[in-house]
This record gives sequence, structure tokens and C-alpha cells, in this order.
Amino acid sequence: MESPAEPIVRIRNLTKSYRRGEQRVPVLTNISFDIAAGEFIALMGPSGSGKSTLLNLIAGIDKPDGGSLTVNGTDIATLSEAELADWRAANVGFIFQFYNLMPVLTAFENVELPLLLTSLARGERQARVDLALSMVGLADRTTHYPSELSGGQQQRVAIARAFITDPVILVADEPTGDLDRASANDILALLERLNAELGKTIIMVTHDPHAARSAHAIRHLEKGELDVAP
Amino acid sequence: MSVPLSYIWRNLAARRLTTLLTAGGMALVVFVFATVLMLEEGLRVTLVETGSPGNVVVTRRSAGTEVQSIIDREQAAIVESQPEIALGEHGLQLASKETVVLISLAKRGSDKASNVLIRGVGSHGLELRPQVSLLSGRMFRPGSTEIIAGKSVAERYQGTGVGETLRFGQREWTVVGIMDAGRTGFDSEIWGDADQLMQAFRRSVYSSVIVKLVDPDRFPEFRARLEADPRLTLDIKQESVFYAEQSQLLANFISYLGMILSIIFSIGAIIGAMITMYASVANRATEIGTLRALGFRRANILAAFLVEALMLGAAGGVAGLALASFMQFFTISTMNWQSFSELAFSFTLNGEIAAKSLAFALVMGVAGGFLPAARAARLDIVDSLRAA
Ligand SMILES: Nc1ncnc2c1ncn2[C@@H]1O[C@H](COP(=O)(O)OP(=O)(O)O)[C@@H](O)[C@H]1O
Ligand SMILES: [Mg+2]
Repeated sequence: MESPAEPIVRIRNLTKSYRRGEQRVPVLTNISFDIAAGEFIALMGPSGSGKSTLLNLIAGIDKPDGGSLTVNGTDIATLSEAELADWRAANVGFIFQFYNLMPVLTAFENVELPLLLTSLARGERQARVDLALSMVGLADRTTHYPSELSGGQQQRVAIARAFITDPVILVADEPTGDLDRASANDILALLERLNAELGKTIIMVTHDPHAARSAHAIRHLEKGELDVAP
Repeated sequence: MSVPLSYIWRNLAARRLTTLLTAGGMALVVFVFATVLMLEEGLRVTLVETGSPGNVVVTRRSAGTEVQSIIDREQAAIVESQPEIALGEHGLQLASKETVVLISLAKRGSDKASNVLIRGVGSHGLELRPQVSLLSGRMFRPGSTEIIAGKSVAERYQGTGVGETLRFGQREWTVVGIMDAGRTGFDSEIWGDADQLMQAFRRSVYSSVIVKLVDPDRFPEFRARLEADPRLTLDIKQESVFYAEQSQLLANFISYLGMILSIIFSIGAIIGAMITMYASVANRATEIGTLRALGFRRANILAAFLVEALMLGAAGGVAGLALASFMQFFTISTMNWQSFSELAFSFTLNGEIAAKSLAFALVMGVAGGFLPAARAARLDIVDSLRAA
């Protein structure tokens, strides 16, 4: 479909500000950059620099004020709410700092959730979820509820949920921020595998230099502006 | 597809106490609502069954009830001699010239007095009411001071058991039988010989004439002839219509009272459901944001919370209805102001009432859940994810 040279994420002159009372607080000012398909990039920068905001824009859960934002060939800034929801379901996998699993659903049901938005039959869903859970090493935890799993295990369930629909990009906002060193290493290794073996493009926000070393490239955000890593 | 039902259901189950309290509040309202409908239905059934097809009640024009009606002997004789009236044994017309009197009787156990209707019936009185049968004892003998009491009277008033005596109209009356009048109004009456009662109460007029027509379809002719007769000023009604009209005031009162109670209580239950649902939305902002990020649409979120509210309503509805169904074991007696006598009837549940009650519960659920569900659907994804 696309030539290999075509970037999977193409950002031009992106601006974003938030309203605080009467005032507009600029968060991102005139950001332009590309991410190639199959990349694993780490976004770093001080707290409040706009990392999460940038990630949210790329993932299509927030709307830019200006500029263009093309992800996997779609200018997502022009999509309607409902179109954007469908687009996210098909194109983006989300990994959150606090896992964001549904507490009342089992590991299996949490991973199955995004598949309920597809036309897959029950049997196919079951096969896919079982495969994904065994890929993250939790084949024996399918009927456990999140409260019965450790933080690292919960994050692995969340990762299975993120790639279950086979999206082109995975966005991870501080995926190891709530984990101890060992669990964090598991998660990073898993992300590296998803990138290397399944070819997923991964954009990871982190303030942990150790975590950032898993990425191929590191971009720094400072006061809403992007710099190449030194 | 949308948010799975198991997710909605388990969230309700997880918040066991709030779910129970909220559904319990709705259950109480449904209980009141269903009970009132059952009361109305019980009254309706009682009065509809009091009338028999083909029976006609003749009273004085615009008297409304038998108690207020006066028919003199000549008028009664004219009514009795109409050709549409069926003939019984010995070629006699199936007609009963009746007189009704109210007396005050003391209730069992409390000494509080209440009005009971005494009906003097003619020789065909019992034959005209196939719903009435003797439960114990025997029928009163014509021309005697014997009486029989309806089952519900015998249960509730002193001196109305078989072999006991009552004093009224300056005479002693002996109860010789108990009649089972099913769910009809006759169950709340005492019957005796019409002539004896008229003598005792020094009356020379009847209250009503009940006749059975050869064919119910001949009612219009029968009525038209009597209405056209210049000697008569009478109301001629089919028995079922007569009894239904007689309790219209009571039926209306029950239904207005029930409506007002249901509305007031339901406002409370709806507010309760609303508070619960708002809390449910607030507690799950992050989950909502996550679902939206995963690709669920606003409409899916709206539907999920509406279904949650509907489940609450349904739980309340089923519980309230279950509670109300126990009311079928109770009989209540109340004053029917139109006849000034007591009327006993039971709470009657039927499919229509069950459906109405459940629908009412679901409407309460939606009314309470709509605004919170709309809030959940309107949540901004980024804001709700940051709320964590
Ligand atoms: N929804 C919002 N409303 C108001 N201000 C916001 C909102 N989201 C982010 N901000 C502000 O934008 C800035 C960047 O936030 P964020 O992207 O979360 O930074 P980071 O992830 O780099 O710590 C912060 O100053 C933050 O307070
Ligand atoms: Mg952040």
C-alpha cells in the first residue's frame, strides 16, 4: 500500500493549547516530525512539557488546534468523533501507566474487549485472546481478575489488549512508571519483541532513561518544542 | 457490538450495597403502584362478578343505588309482568322484589360498628344469583325471621355465625346459614325474607326489582317499554353495569390516591437512582475514558449506562412485584360511599398489572439514569483519563 519511505506518523506545524480560565496556555507550539513505520521511539522531557499531550494527539484521543497530523495515511485531525473512534479501534493500541484494566472483567475479558468492536466470531476471538495471553506469558491467568494480578502482570494483560486487534501503532504513556525494576524490564522486553517480531510502531513516553534505552530513537520535548536527542 | 452486558451487570454486583438500596427504593414504589392496581382490579372483578348476564336491576330513576331507591307495589307488579322475563318453576316470572336496609353491626374483636346491608329477597332471590351458594347451614324459610349471612360478613361481625341471633327492626333474627358469594358484593350482605324485613322496618315499598330476561339480547326492548310507560319513573340497567357504576366513586378514589402516591414516591426513587448513577459514572471516569480510547463510541457508553439503569429498574420492578404478589392473600373491606355499606374485596394480580408495574420500574430506571448516562457519554477522553 505505502512505500517503505512513507512515514507512519507525519506531523506538520502542530499546535495545541489548553484553556485555563480566560487564558490560553500553549502546550505544543509548531511541532513537525515524522515517525517511520516499524520505529520504536521514546518521548522524553520534563514533567508538564507536553509529552502526554503529543501522544494523545497522535493516538487520536485529543484534537489539535492547528497543523496537520497524518497517521497511517489518514489525516486524523479532520475526522468526526465517531469516525475517530472507529479509526482508533482499527489503528491504535493503548498502554497506560496505571494499566486501566476493567476491574470487573477477567484478564481474558479485558483482552477481548477491543475485539467486541470487530466482526470476529466468538470462536475466533477466543483463539486470538488465548494466543495473545500466552504471548505475554499469562496463559495460566486468563480467569484472574486484575485485583488478583501483580502490577507487572496487569500491564502485560494491558499490552495483550493493546495488540489484540493488530493495530499499526502502539502508544504507551509511562508504561513502566508504576512498576519495580524487574517488572519494568519484562514490560520493556515485551515491547521490544512486539516491535521486532510483529513490526509494531511504538511511541513510548517515559522519563526513565533506562526505559528509553529500549527504543531505537529518543525525542526530547522541552516547553512544547521538540529537539533531537543529544 | 457494544459494551458487554457482563461488564454492566458485574459493576452493579460489585457495588452490592448501593445497588441493593437503589433497587430497593424502586421496589417499594413498584409495590405501591402494583398494589393500587391490584386493589382497583379486585374491586372491578368483585363488581363485575356481582352482576349476572341477563339480569336486570330496576330502581327508581336517578336514585343511583338501591339504598336510595323506592319502588311501590304497583310499579313492581308492572315490571314483573313484562314478557321478556324468563319463567321459572310453576310458570312464575324469575323476578325478585327486593328491599335493602342498612344496619349497624359491631365488628368481631373490636366492638367498632360498621354498616352492613340487609337485603330482603323474594323467592327467586337465590336462583337469580348463581354465584351465590350456601356454605353451611341452610336457606332461610320464607315468612320467617331467619336470615343468612355472607361469608365475609360472618367472618367480620359479631352475632353472624350460624345459630347466633341479631336484633334489628325490633325483632330477633336467627342466622341459619352462611352463603358463599365468591368474590361478589353479596358476600358482604345479609339476606332475609323481603316481606318480613319490610314489616319489621315498617316499609311499604321495595328498593329494587331484579329480573332475569329470557335472552340478554332482549334487554333493549324491555328497557324501552318500561321507559315509555307513563306510570313508571324507573332506571333499568343490566346488573353488571349497575354494580360497576355503583362503585365508580370508590374506584376513582383508589386510582387517584394510588396515582398521587406512586408519583410522589417515584420522584424519590428516581432521584435515588440518579444519585447512584451519577456516582457510578464519577467512579468509573477512567474506565469510560479507556473504553472510548479503545474505540467504543459515545453512543456505546450512553447505552451501557442506560442499560445499567434499566437493570436497576428491572431488579426493583421484579422485587416490588414479588412483594405485591403476597398481597393477594389479603382481603380488604372498605366503605363504599355510594351504597353506604361495607364492601370486601381482595387484591387481584393479573398479567396486565405485572406488565404495567415492570414497565413503570423500567421508566423509573431510565428517568433516573438518563442524565448520568448522558454525562458519561459526554466525558472528554483526555480529561477522564487524567482523572486517575
Ligand atoms: N486537559 C487539560 N486541561 C488543561 N491543561 C492541560 C490539560 N492537559 C494538559 N494540560 C497542561 O498541559 C501541559 C502539558 O501536559 P502533559 O502533556 O500532560 O505533560 P507531560 O505528559 O509532559 O507531563 C501541562 O502544563 C498540563 O497542566
Ligand atoms: Mg504525562
